[in-house]
Amino acid sequence: MSILSKEAELLAGPPPKQRKARGQNLQNPGWLGYTVLTIVMAAAVYPIYWAFMIASGDAQTIVTRPFLTLPGPNFGENVQRVINSPTLPVSFWTSTLNSIVVSTVVAVSVVFFSTLAGYAFSKLRFKGSSGLLYFVIATLAVPTQLAVVPLYIVMVNLQLTGNLLAVILPAVVSAFGVFWMTQYLRQALPYELIEAARVDGASMIRTFWSIALPAARPAAAMLALFIFIQTWTNYFWPYIVLDNDSATLPVALSTLANNYFDDYSLIFSGIIVSIIPLFILFLVTGRQLVKGIMEGAVKG
Amino acid sequence: MTIKTDADRQVRLIAFRQTISRWDVKFSPYLYISPFFILFAITGLFPLLYTAFVSVHDWSIIGGQGDFVGAENYEFVIGRTDFWVALRNTFSIFVLSSIPQVILALIIAAVLDTNIRAKTFWRMGVLLPYVVTPVAIALIFSTMFADQTGIVNRFLTSIGIDAVPWHAQPLPAHFVISTMVNFRWTGYNALIFLAAMQAIPRDYYEAAMIDGAGRLRRFFSITIPQLRPTIIFVVVTSTIGGLQIFDEPRLYDVYGRGGADQQWLTLTMYIYELGWTQQNFGRAAAVAWLLFLVIVIFGAINLILTQAIASGDGTKRKRTRNSKVKVAK
Repeated sequence: MSILSKEAELLAGPPPKQRKARGQNLQNPGWLGYTVLTIVMAAAVYPIYWAFMIASGDAQTIVTRPFLTLPGPNFGENVQRVINSPTLPVSFWTSTLNSIVVSTVVAVSVVFFSTLAGYAFSKLRFKGSSGLLYFVIATLAVPTQLAVVPLYIVMVNLQLTGNLLAVILPAVVSAFGVFWMTQYLRQALPYELIEAARVDGASMIRTFWSIALPAARPAAAMLALFIFIQTWTNYFWPYIVLDNDSATLPVALSTLANNYFDDYSLIFSGIIVSIIPLFILFLVTGRQLVKGIMEGAVKG
Repeated sequence: MTIKTDADRQVRLIAFRQTISRWDVKFSPYLYISPFFILFAITGLFPLLYTAFVSVHDWSIIGGQGDFVGAENYEFVIGRTDFWVALRNTFSIFVLSSIPQVILALIIAAVLDTNIRAKTFWRMGVLLPYVVTPVAIALIFSTMFADQTGIVNRFLTSIGIDAVPWHAQPLPAHFVISTMVNFRWTGYNALIFLAAMQAIPRDYYEAAMIDGAGRLRRFFSITIPQLRPTIIFVVVTSTIGGLQIFDEPRLYDVYGRGGADQQWLTLTMYIYELGWTQQNFGRAAAVAWLLFLVIVIFGAINLILTQAIASGDGTKRKRTRNSKVKVAK
């Protein structure tokens, strides 16, 4: 894409959807191709469907029912029993809310700081910029999860255990995010626009706010999506540092599994309830997710 | 007099503004990147180094820092069979999840790269498991693969095959845990491969077809070598993530301790066990550092291996990731 057309796109907003005839000279998949895809699809859907089947039955369903059958009538009731259970030490409402808060705050802050740094790395000249960018990329390979021991000691000293901040704070920046935004802004933001803003007397931060941030919007949205999902599905660290009142959804789910060991329909109702929010997100944004993975080779 | 001072003031004001503006230009970039570096230093780098400090001390969860003990924690840990079993399990689960996953993802990507109908539908379909929390996946699969009552064993016995001890034996347990990982990530990696495949110039295939190369030949002689950087990327990132596996094995049974005989105890689970169950942070930190070392070594080995395997004809190295794909359109 040329700079000119990019600029026009910036001024005119998103382009009309392109349906590029990319595949004129592609091979046909043949029946074998469709068979492979159908099997893969079935393998992807079946465990989830099976879980829903158990969740919508009664305690006996798991023993009596065959492998594939229609869902039972009890899903609503089972969910009610899980959510309103007096013996369950975690509340699914609270933990869903906790998950939403944590994932949203982390996604927003990662996107903001990544865009800021990505803008500097891709478009501003300063001493040591390439060295520092290499450092950022190198940190991608550092398994920071292994630092749980000192992180826990720090959180205890700050009296943050059982506080959502303990999960939020270590996640507010992401090397991956910086790398991602740098790559995107490098090609999406023409220098001419920045120069024009500077000539008009905009300060550096004003230039960032009015020029770079709007230009970064498509990539920022994708990044936010990935960070949101990644934070939402996290278990190890939240499990260590949170308690029953501050539990996120996966932590609450694991607690449920330990407390209702005998009744599978209730455990599975909890599983389905925990799956639903991201499912809805997937239905709405799945297209962008696919696009994001294919454009950025994201890896959580 | 007054006029002169006014002019003076204005000159000074302009000069001042210019200085501010120069500083703005000079220091803004550092200001913009500083949040990442400061926060990464606090929440990433410092804890990692601090882990080393903790690992050479006697350190309990309640009493806090104790005496300096040198390599004692490391010696203790290395002397335990638990550690070696956990290392074996981690490695076994990693191999069972990464190799089949890459092969399967390549096949799916190759099919998606053909002229199929309803492209978006299939792409979203293979990605669906990605949004399911590992905890939920682990609970679903551990129930399906229950030794006595699980549907997998019921199915196997119904068609005349012996039930498999999915929990009782290490290797079947590793297989199931790997399946959970594969379930969530195969489609995701297939899309990464698909993107890379689409960046391969179609003329290569046409030329090969004219030369009489069949489908398989084209796949192995063009697609695979062209995908080299992407395959390396996927393998190395899955090494880093895969060796830290915790969620799936932790929830493979209700006790979360890796099975009665540690059949599926992984190194990260062992860190948790030492630190939070046995309340000995020094030893947990020692295992964390050892795992860090293992990851670095395996990351390097995988890098070399995949480079060797995937470099059929390594002369045409093409960058296939993100921006390049866009440019190619």
